[in-house]
Amino acid sequence: MELMLTQRKPGSAIPGTEGFSSRGPDNRPPGWADGLRKLYDSVVSEPLPDSFDDLLKKLDQADDA
Amino acid sequence: MPDRQSRAPGAAPVADAFRSDLLALLPHMRAFARGLCGRPEQADDLVQETVMRAWTARDSFTPGTSMKAWTFTIMRNHFLNDLRKNRRQTQLDPEVAETTLIARATQEEGVHINDLQRALDKLPDERREALLLVGAGGFSYEEAANICGVPIGTMKSRVARGRSQLYAILEPEEGSPAYSIA
Repeated sequence: MELMLTQRKPGSAIPGTEGFSSRGPDNRPPGWADGLRKLYDSVVSEPLPDSFDDLLKKLDQADDA
Repeated sequence: MPDRQSRAPGAAPVADAFRSDLLALLPHMRAFARGLCGRPEQADDLVQETVMRAWTARDSFTPGTSMKAWTFTIMRNHFLNDLRKNRRQTQLDPEVAETTLIARATQEEGVHINDLQRALDKLPDERREALLLVGAGGFSYEEAANICGVPIGTMKSRVARGRSQLYAILEPEEGSPAYSIA
C-alpha cells in the first residue's frame, strides 16, 4: 500500500499532479493507487473459474520429461 | 483448488515445486491480465496461454528469482506482441462491451471499479501496464522496468504520465473528484 509515496521523491512531481502528491497525511498512497489495488485485489480474491479445470488437469498430468 | 497432492507419482520434485509455485500465482496472473485487457474472458484466456508457455519454458526459469515477475513478463509480451491487434478490434464490438459491463457490475462491487477499469482501458498499453505493475502488482520501478524491458527512467515516466492521464479521465474537473473509492 505504501508503494507510491515512499518511492516518490519530494519535488519530483509531474506538472499538473502537484495537488495529488500532497494528498493524504503521512505516507498514505494516493487515491489512484488505492483504486488500482482494489481493482487488482478484487480479481485476486475471486475463486478460480471452472474454465481453468482443464488447464489444472493438464498440468497435474504433465511429466517433467 | 483441486487437491495438489493427488498428482501422478514419479513426477520430479523440481517440476512439482515449479508447478505448485506456478499455480499459486494464478490469482495474480488473472488480476494482471484483467487489468491489461479489461475483458474477463479474454483475460482468462491470456492467463491460460501464459501458464502453458511458462510450463513449456520452465527450464529457462532461474530458481530463486521472482516467478511472479517471470510469468508477468511472459504474459505482457504475449499480450502486447500477439494479442494487441485483436483486442483493438473486439473492443469496438458494442454487444461484447455491454456484456462485459454487466458481468463486472454483478461480479465486482459497483460502479466505481467499473469507472476505474474503463479509465484504465483508455490509457496507452505501456502506461496501463506500468500503473498495474507498480500501483497494484507490488513491483518496484526497477522490477517493472525489467518486466517491460525498458530503462527504469522510462518506467518512472510511464507511471507518472499514466497517473496524470488516469486522473484527468477520472477527475475532469479539478477539485471535484468524480471518483473516489472508500
